[in-house]
Amino acid sequence: MPVAELRAVTKNYGDVRALAGIDLEIERGELLALLGPNGAGKTTAVRILLGLNSPTTGRASVFGHQPASQAAKLRRGALLQVARVPETLRVREHIELFSSYYPKPLALSETIAIAGLAGIEKRLFGDLSGGQKQRVLFALAICGNPDLLFLDEPTVGLDVESRRALWSRIRAFLARGGSVLLTTHYLEEADALASRIAVINKGRIVAQGTPTEIKARTAQTGLEDAFLELMKQEVY
Amino acid sequence: MSRVYWMEAKSEFLKLLRMRVYSMSTIMFPLMFYCFFGLAMGRDRQPGMPMSAARYLLATYGAFAVVGATLYAFGVGVAVERGLGWMQVKRASPMPRAAYFVAKAAVATTFGAIVVTLLFTLGGVFGNVHMPAAQWLSLGAVLVAGAVPFCALGLAIGSFAGPNSAPATVNMIYMPLSFLAGLWIPIDFLPHGLQQLAPFLPTYHFAQIAIAMLHAPSAGTIAGHVGALAGFTLIFAGVAWIGTTREDEKMYG
Repeated sequence: MPVAELRAVTKNYGDVRALAGIDLEIERGELLALLGPNGAGKTTAVRILLGLNSPTTGRASVFGHQPASQAAKLRRGALLQVARVPETLRVREHIELFSSYYPKPLALSETIAIAGLAGIEKRLFGDLSGGQKQRVLFALAICGNPDLLFLDEPTVGLDVESRRALWSRIRAFLARGGSVLLTTHYLEEADALASRIAVINKGRIVAQGTPTEIKARTAQTGLEDAFLELMKQEVY
Repeated sequence: MSRVYWMEAKSEFLKLLRMRVYSMSTIMFPLMFYCFFGLAMGRDRQPGMPMSAARYLLATYGAFAVVGATLYAFGVGVAVERGLGWMQVKRASPMPRAAYFVAKAAVATTFGAIVVTLLFTLGGVFGNVHMPAAQWLSLGAVLVAGAVPFCALGLAIGSFAGPNSAPATVNMIYMPLSFLAGLWIPIDFLPHGLQQLAPFLPTYHFAQIAIAMLHAPSAGTIAGHVGALAGFTLIFAGVAWIGTTREDEKMYG
């Protein structure tokens, strides 16, 4: 049984169709990368699996529960794109608050170590650099010791070094047996991390498979070329 | 479960306390105005007045303080956290949704109570205000309880205002609501036409109850004012509910 799935999900915002019938499964222990250009429907798919939006038609479930249910929430964590986080709380206070939402959170010291925040626990969030802020958001996503992690474009705006550091934290989470849904428009990121890639465009899944399969399907060598090829086919 | 509420309230308190714009404006404005109008000009009872301005204005600036503490905490706080995505992170987490609102209400009320205490201290020490303990307590209790409708009003504002325009929106509502209800200068000194308008404002009913605690002449009955405030609370809560449920239809890529 997949840890999370979308079945024939559509989502309309007024007249705009963000998802046009999507099937998606995240299997235990895998990292599924949802890859696509801006506005393709990636964030909408994640928001439905987080219970923040309901599908117009179709069905979504997380660990067999409704995405908005407490049972689902307790077993997952999420790093979302957020424009501003309360800046006058210290790193440690943010983590302690989120840890209190879960019955069996990681120890504070463990969360700090995993997220790479040692030495800056006492800093106010507003005084952190972009990379450090993103690490705090990662800490909030994993502090509840979840089995499933949603990462919505987690490395946007990060420099190469911070991006690679976050990749290794994601790999460490997978090594502990966790499952991940990652959305990204960085092809390199999907190639480096994903066990499986679903390419999404205009609200539809246009290709799905391992990074190697995706490349083979379009007879291109690099994933970037494959991606462009798939987008072209979609445009007709 | 109760630990979540405690942690949420503690975080909210620290967050606001360190946010100078909040702590300074909610604490300093009422104290400053009270110093000008209550202490500098009104320590002695004027002929024909039932009591000194220093005493009367404790009730109205106390109300002003509580309204400010709640409107800024909710109106600006919710608008910013909703508009810039933070509330989504909270909603995706297992935080009980009520904890967010209960913590905000508790902390805003606490800030209101702190300012009321400071006002009382000013009035008692420098304003020559002497009252039986029971009267201080009943006035304090009324002022703190008055936070309820204004938490709801703040939530209603915060559910509709944009994150950048929220502070201005709150001021555009807070200042007229205060002036027109007689929180700055006693309502009897306002032009007759404006006095007719006052009963349509929640601040008016709040102030009338507070003034009644001082045994100053007040209009209407306490039960009537409480009923009016309950009605306002329901309306504001309804508006807030519409605002928060509307959020689901916002577009995401």
